[in-house]
Amino acid sequence: MRWLVLWLLFPATAQAQGFAGLGQGGEGFALPAPDPTFAFPEDHGPHPDYRIEWWYLTAVLDGADGRTYGIQWTLFRSALTPEGPQVWMGHSGITTPDAHFTGETLARGGIGQAGVTAAPFAAWIDDFAMTSTATDGDAYDALAVAARAGAASYALDLAATGPLVFHGDDGFSVKSESGQASYYYSQPFYEVAGTLSLPAGDVAVTGQGWLDREWSSQPLEGDQEGWDWFSLHLDDGHRLMAFRLRGGSPFLYATWIAPDGTVEALYDGIEIEPLETAGVEGRDVPVRFRLAIPAKGVDLEVAAVNPDSWQATLFPYWEGPVVAEGSHRARGYLEMTGYE
Amino acid sequence: MRAALGALLSHWRRHPLQALTLIVGLALATGLWTGVQAINAQARTSYDWAAAQLGQDSLERIVHPGRDLALADFAAFRRAGWPVTPVLEGRVRGTRVIGIDPFTAPPGEGVPDLSGADDLTAFLTGELAFGGAGAALPIAVRRLDGVAPGTAVADIAAVQRLLGTARIDRLLLLPGVEGDPASVVPGTAREAPPAEGDLDRLTDSFHLNLTAFGLLAFAVGLFIVNAAIGLAFEQRRPLFRTLRAIGLSARALTALLAGELLILTLVAGLIGCALGYLVAAALLPGVAATLGGLYGAPVDGGLTLAPAWWLTGLGMAVAGAALAGGQSLWQLARLPVLAPAMPRAWARARAATLRRQGAGGVALLAAAALLGAFGQGLGAGFALLGALLLGAALLLPPLLVAALDGLSRLVRGPVAEWMVADARQQVPGLSLALMALLLALAANVGVGTMVGSFRETFTGWLDQRLAAQLYVTGADEAQAREIAAFVGDRADVLPIVSVQTDVAGAPGELFGQPDHPIFRDEWPLLDAVAAPWDRLHAGEGALLNEQTARRMDLWAGDAVDLGGTAWEVLGVYSDYGNPRGQAILGLGAFDAAYPEADRRRLALVTGDAALRDDLEARFGLPPDRLVDQAGIKRFSLDVFEQTFAVTRALNVLTLGVAGFALWASLTTLGTMRLPQVAPVWALGLTRRAIALSDLARATLLAALTAALAVPVGLALAWVLLAVVNVAAFGWRLPMLVYPGQWLELALWALLAAALAALVPAWRLWRMAPARLVGVFAGER
Repeated sequence: MRWLVLWLLFPATAQAQGFAGLGQGGEGFALPAPDPTFAFPEDHGPHPDYRIEWWYLTAVLDGADGRTYGIQWTLFRSALTPEGPQVWMGHSGITTPDAHFTGETLARGGIGQAGVTAAPFAAWIDDFAMTSTATDGDAYDALAVAARAGAASYALDLAATGPLVFHGDDGFSVKSESGQASYYYSQPFYEVAGTLSLPAGDVAVTGQGWLDREWSSQPLEGDQEGWDWFSLHLDDGHRLMAFRLRGGSPFLYATWIAPDGTVEALYDGIEIEPLETAGVEGRDVPVRFRLAIPAKGVDLEVAAVNPDSWQATLFPYWEGPVVAEGSHRARGYLEMTGYE
Repeated sequence: MRAALGALLSHWRRHPLQALTLIVGLALATGLWTGVQAINAQARTSYDWAAAQLGQDSLERIVHPGRDLALADFAAFRRAGWPVTPVLEGRVRGTRVIGIDPFTAPPGEGVPDLSGADDLTAFLTGELAFGGAGAALPIAVRRLDGVAPGTAVADIAAVQRLLGTARIDRLLLLPGVEGDPASVVPGTAREAPPAEGDLDRLTDSFHLNLTAFGLLAFAVGLFIVNAAIGLAFEQRRPLFRTLRAIGLSARALTALLAGELLILTLVAGLIGCALGYLVAAALLPGVAATLGGLYGAPVDGGLTLAPAWWLTGLGMAVAGAALAGGQSLWQLARLPVLAPAMPRAWARARAATLRRQGAGGVALLAAAALLGAFGQGLGAGFALLGALLLGAALLLPPLLVAALDGLSRLVRGPVAEWMVADARQQVPGLSLALMALLLALAANVGVGTMVGSFRETFTGWLDQRLAAQLYVTGADEAQAREIAAFVGDRADVLPIVSVQTDVAGAPGELFGQPDHPIFRDEWPLLDAVAAPWDRLHAGEGALLNEQTARRMDLWAGDAVDLGGTAWEVLGVYSDYGNPRGQAILGLGAFDAAYPEADRRRLALVTGDAALRDDLEARFGLPPDRLVDQAGIKRFSLDVFEQTFAVTRALNVLTLGVAGFALWASLTTLGTMRLPQVAPVWALGLTRRAIALSDLARATLLAALTAALAVPVGLALAWVLLAVVNVAAFGWRLPMLVYPGQWLELALWALLAAALAALVPAWRLWRMAPARLVGVFAGER
């Protein structure tokens, strides 16, 4: 659910048309089609025929010091035209209860500075790296991940305790009433362990991670303004991904993931409403939400660990760890864009 | 008060020519000054942009002495977490093109805004570049303000394609990284950013000339203004007396006149600024081409109007007018109410004045001599220049009078004697204009000599430096060896090896030189021990460049520290235009001391005209890797032609200003001296004969002034070359003289004087006899 890259690469359009710019174009690129069949490990690698694609990891972590932390590791790929060139962008984030660190880097494709290989799996840009350490099974079952984010950095090992899950209709994820769609699957079952190197010193961390893989060419409806996106690890072993697209034709969706990886796609009965906003970088951004799916007995109050989880990148957005209370105890990540 | 103002201003209505003289004089002075300043400022802005582009002036670099760097090396450093960005520069069809990576280039100067629709795509695919005026590439170049003329910024991959190469020049390293780059890419090393302001110091020489020219032009203009203001005040003395007598206070009168002067000055200043803009706009392309070609310093050929220089132009005009009019105002303020109302404008010059001027001139010249002998540094050099020029100007009237005295003893016959005596009588009245002419001529001789010397010396030196016919750089040492093998005995292959190291304690460059007749025979040494070349190749010492020798006072026989080793100085060689220290070792000694030096460059001494094409065909060397001597020389000579064009244009302008001063003075004098002319006419000399004698007199005075201007100009050139240049840049150019130029200049001066005298003479010729008779009626 991360369309940021288009903002960067088509900023003039974006400025002129607001979020509407994101919904335009796509001509000449391959388009996602219903009933996809995925082939691995190939589909872990890049799909240069599609305009945009990302490898997007978030993890919510417990420090040995008893505090809650969050990290983000993202690699975007964008094809400027169907014939190229390919442009890569890396974002990293480290959130502590009282600080937020941002890393951002850009690279052209084709010279080795950034790229993704499917087998053996490796994704990198500069010294941001995500490498498979799996000896058998799926390449995503075990990963080593490292990045810098400003004055801080991290190195983490990830081990999956469940299968890949496919959103929407078996990985064909519809984004609007009129049918804009992407291919979208995740690995939401990571156990994470490693070290955060903060300016004040190293912190050993453990926690839970979530990796999103998505690619598309024509992601957003013209009048959509932005989105609020949640990935939550519930205390009963369920995982929940939910988002709402704000704007002229609001669109809500959720994937309900059982502890064994069984997936249920939900298009109705999802309630997402902001409860409290905070002034962040000169704008009001929600930092507490009510997220309810009555059919699943879910009614949560989700709050930011650090309201200032602001990614001050070329195109800025909010991304940080959250904790939830209510019907369940839960925690995970929240991403918000389009708040002006 | 109002009546007084009206009375004062009525003077200008009755004497529009004087008003014109004042305004035009000040406007010309201001115009030349601001024009030159505008050119200088524009050029400097352009360098700053070029030097600061990508932070190239301040960022450390990563280089590989043994082979070309490639984008793969860039990627390797980035993946190791080093914040580097690649740069590749080259020339395509005469346009300097700079390849950058828009994703990693430090934000700010020199990185084009790619946020326009499809701009990033076009830039990355090599369909779009950004450039200054005149930049032309086989791909689209969009004009970008602030990019130097003839320069374009394109994507680094696009520049690689344009240059037909896969290399990059260097990696710029953003601050804050410790460590050895060789741990990432073996063989690479860090290199300090280029010594601060290299380009500035190189081009300073050129700007110095321009600034000197501007100041001289301004001084010449001030002489005009001084004359016009003095005249206007003297002529109005009866009026002042009347105004005072009917009750206007001295203070009010002074204030009124100061206000009047201020208004005239502002009008003239504005006109001058506009004029300056025109001068700058006309000359800037030539200056830009000169600086671009000579030093690789890009200058924007388009002129931008900065409010600052309008203000400085006006400020200079006001300051100049204050300087010129201050004395008159001061005298006026102290004028007794009943002072004689006799106009005494031209009566001021009495023998006492001449003596005072002579004494002042001698004192200034003595000061100049002392400064020349004992002065140190740039400040002393400029003080010397000022003392020399002012002293010469002050000495001009006494010298002219003395010359005319001498002449009067030689001529026979009453008319001839009258003519000489009349000329002598007029010297005081014309002295300011003649001083202006002297300064203009001297400046022309001086700058002409300097530019000429520079050209001749520099091209001669290029011949020595570019003694080989072809200069080749291999992609790596293996290719360099292959090239040497391929060339075989078709040419003498001379390796060019160098390292960056400390030369006499300052960062510099150390070369290893093979033993070859092109060096032994063609490199003159400024100072040398016995058999310097034999001893050099025996490894017994080093040659030092002139800059270091002068700076550190190290000459043949002294010991110099080169990168931590002491060597005997065997000789000192000229190294024009290079601000850094440099030294040469024999190749054997160099190889032993620096086995790691870059060995990819070769000079080929050959008479084989086909070799270049064969090398290109065999090794596919890009143009910047295979350079022929003829091309470089042609390029350098073109540059000098440009310099000459600029110098010539400024010469004509200063001479024009001086000619105008002469004309203004003669015209005023024409009316003032009727009482002297009328008796001669009454004695039977025709108006025609008197007019012709006026012409002849003006020409004679100009000729005498020109004669004096030559030694002054040569002294000026000597100061510029031997004092100012050495102080500013550390190298001394030999002075070469061009008598042909002087002759040409003298003819121009005579022509200017004759033209200036023509109108007043014509007026006298056509003057109604009644007016001449009127003189005797005793109007006054």
